Amino acid sequence: MTIDKVPVKGLSSQEYEKALKVTWQPDLQYAWDNGIAIGKYLEALKDGKILGARCEECGRIMLPARSFCELCWRPTDEYLPVKDTGVVNTFSICNVNWDASRLKPEEPRHLPAVIEIDGASAGMGILHILGNVDPKDIKIGMKVKAKWKPEKEREGCITDILYFEPV
Amino acid sequence: MGKRRVAVVGVGLTKFVRRAQETGPELSHQAVKMALDSAELKLKDIDMVTLGTAPDAFDGVHMKGEYLLSGAGGNNKPYIRNFVGGGTGVFAPIHGWMHVASGAADICMVVAEEKMSSCHPHPQGAFLTIFDHTTEQPLKPTLIWIFALEMRRYMEAYGLKGEDIARVAVKNKANALDHPSAQIAEKVTIEDVMNSEMLADPVHRLDISPASDGAAAMILASEDVAKRLTDKPIWLDGVGWNLDTSYWATKDLYYPRYVEKAARMAYDMAGIKEPSKEIHIAEPYDPFDYKELHHMEGLMLCERGQAAQMTADGVTARDGNLPVCPSGGALGVGNPIAATGLMKVIEIYLQLKGEAGKRQVPGDPRVGVAQAWGDLMQVGTVTVLRR
Amino acid sequence: MNERVAIIGIGTTGFSPVSPDLSFKELTYSAAVKAYDEAGLHPKEIDSFITGSEDFMEGYSIFDEYIPDQMGAVMRPAHTVCADFIQAMGMGCMMINTGQFRTIAVEAHSKASNIKTLDEVKAFALDPVYIRTLKENAEFVAGLEMRRFLGDTGNTEEQCAAVVVKNRRNALMNPDAGHGAVLTINDVLSSHPVSTPLKHLDAAAPSDGAIMIVLAAEEVAKKLCSNPIWVKGFSWFSAEGNLWNRDMSEAKYARLAAKKAYAMAGIFQPSKDIDFAEVCDEYSYKELQHLEALGFARKGESGFLTETGATSLGGEMPVNTSGGSIGVGHTFEASGGMKVNEAVLQLRGLAGKRQIKGARTGLVQSWRGVPTATGSVAILSNEL
Repeated sequence: MTIDKVPVKGLSSQEYEKALKVTWQPDLQYAWDNGIAIGKYLEALKDGKILGARCEECGRIMLPARSFCELCWRPTDEYLPVKDTGVVNTFSICNVNWDASRLKPEEPRHLPAVIEIDGASAGMGILHILGNVDPKDIKIGMKVKAKWKPEKEREGCITDILYFEPV
Repeated sequence: MGKRRVAVVGVGLTKFVRRAQETGPELSHQAVKMALDSAELKLKDIDMVTLGTAPDAFDGVHMKGEYLLSGAGGNNKPYIRNFVGGGTGVFAPIHGWMHVASGAADICMVVAEEKMSSCHPHPQGAFLTIFDHTTEQPLKPTLIWIFALEMRRYMEAYGLKGEDIARVAVKNKANALDHPSAQIAEKVTIEDVMNSEMLADPVHRLDISPASDGAAAMILASEDVAKRLTDKPIWLDGVGWNLDTSYWATKDLYYPRYVEKAARMAYDMAGIKEPSKEIHIAEPYDPFDYKELHHMEGLMLCERGQAAQMTADGVTARDGNLPVCPSGGALGVGNPIAATGLMKVIEIYLQLKGEAGKRQVPGDPRVGVAQAWGDLMQVGTVTVLRR
Repeated sequence: MNERVAIIGIGTTGFSPVSPDLSFKELTYSAAVKAYDEAGLHPKEIDSFITGSEDFMEGYSIFDEYIPDQMGAVMRPAHTVCADFIQAMGMGCMMINTGQFRTIAVEAHSKASNIKTLDEVKAFALDPVYIRTLKENAEFVAGLEMRRFLGDTGNTEEQCAAVVVKNRRNALMNPDAGHGAVLTINDVLSSHPVSTPLKHLDAAAPSDGAIMIVLAAEEVAKKLCSNPIWVKGFSWFSAEGNLWNRDMSEAKYARLAAKKAYAMAGIFQPSKDIDFAEVCDEYSYKELQHLEALGFARKGESGFLTETGATSLGGEMPVNTSGGSIGVGHTFEASGGMKVNEAVLQLRGLAGKRQIKGARTGLVQSWRGVPTATGSVAILSNEL
């Protein structure tokens, strides 16, 4: 049997405006327990440091800090700060917000990147954003350094690093 | 205990549309009804039901599977929802395979549904919550970030240009003109794609498949039941899936290693040793055009870095040596996430049966692979079908 | 299905109202370490992994992204079902019966304490067009069902209260339980009404915890484990998906699932062939409703059995020796796991003060909660 006639009708945006709808805005709030490893990771951020964890068996220094090595299946041996410099593994120049709305022309572009952090194992990257750089100049392999919020403004959050900027 | 061979005996597929007036259960019902009619079965003949659907945030219902079940034929039956993010559409028939190959069911209904349009202001917003709530969400990431980051890494690894990749969008959107479910089939050129709005460099608007509503269904049966129902059963001979680490930024994004592992699992089961030679037709997941290339390589249909050239050479066109996404894919038909994956398995089924109408690839395809991907660059789900 | 499957390893963190020291990943890791250690397996040696979870209970979309690391399942075949632990366990048994897998790890966990607006999440499960728009607290569904069930069967609110008294008392003997207490019938009856006839103490409080098991095919189980617990039968059913055409007086899903599970396990007289049961008591009346659906009591008799002690620890058919969700705390998708844990302890003679002498076969049963009519049943035994 061939499928040549299929049901379901889609509405145009005008039809959608006129259609009967119910709307609901759920109030969904969570307060996630950070636990041991992420708790330490966030504390370290407040302290102006990026914290990794080391597994003796595979030798990896992992980011973010973890209380167990998921590959060797054993607790990690040590939490240790890594550097706050790194190398751009990949990046983008983004013109849309998280809700798909467009950035206004005068707003600076968002510059997400995966940054391989020095001192961690090769390829150990974190997601963050780039700043203080002309988008045209960004290249894979570019050396960058974290720009931290002033100490008293830090909260123990990934945004305690404002962005990574070229060295 | 022995292996029970599982066959596909019926399929159903709704239109993929931007704002369906049907509710989620109604969309599911349409697809299930079509599948039953195509197999000449009634709902009472179905032993068990498995349904796949992507994040609950789209439909705006917690325990979305329970909400959909009355439309999916699940009333008064063993019904369960499977969920592996974007890989769900190809995982749902794998879940169905578990039901039948185990002997728990002789006939299993597999359903995939998605109603993204319920989510406001835009379904893309729901993807904020797929990122780690503590280490990533405060950066306000959007879904497009992760694709743009991966696409750039892929292009850098092989020295590809945007045009090399845009060719996939051109092919698939044109292929979709022959698909009755297609939402946005159209003839576009590489220039059209490159000139379309740049959303997140290097991703243009026409590099992306649209959010969509739709549903698909497939009926799986054990060997003896299948042989009673049809003289041309299409066998689900290989299934594979693989889930990579949640720490997605710690691996090199240029290659989907989890797709390769899932493919190896499926190929091993199906007895396929040289996929690039033994696979006649492929439907890898193409939510973004570069993904088709990425996944072709993960599926080992070509050497790493060669997929773009294969496309440029016309190998992956419908009349090429290895047609890829003859359906039109997500790029052309639309991307109601779980339904898209199942649509691809359905396409392979129809092609192997010779019932793909205007989309039918020439030659005599006997083995096909369908694949979906999901999560934060983590999940590969693969099915191998054989006539 | 003719491959016999056993639980060869089990691990739990216990269940408590809060679990602030550990993240959900660390909680699950703790349970997994115990389960794998008992099974004598490194996760690399386990063939596949299943998690039972729901996005909105985790506060993540696409929760399966976050499951592999703490199960040791990175780059392995792992998947999620939006279903309870017993359903996930059943899927594991199915997978082993395909002949392609010999060991499967199954986990579920609850971090309900991390959900600040749990009522909103529960309401979010209601039909968005017809039911949610009534803007009622979702517990009203339980209130409706309780009234219908009591009215139709003749069981009483006092008998429901007896379930609460029994279960919270049992929980005092369970070191893993969070809500052990000595209550009277009157305490329950005079607790403030939530959605009449449902009262505050009729409902289980939410709890955190993680549970993991390792399933193995018979030949592997016999090689690796000295006291495997066999999954003799399992089934799950959904009755009517929509509230408005559902007969609320019976737990039809439990009746249908039990019928299938009993057939698989070769059980013809449940009250005789089964030594104990862990049934869902997310609300007190549910324990009674489930007992009748499972065939342990005739219609209208479950309340009487409870208040006369037949389902108490020393009775003919002990029900919820763990304390049930009411005594342990309700862990949503993991609550079936709590029950499996209790069953395994009983069948291995490790249930301490709660031990039922000579326990050989137990039943575990789950319900997916308001507003569903979905539930599962499994029969576990220490004999093949």
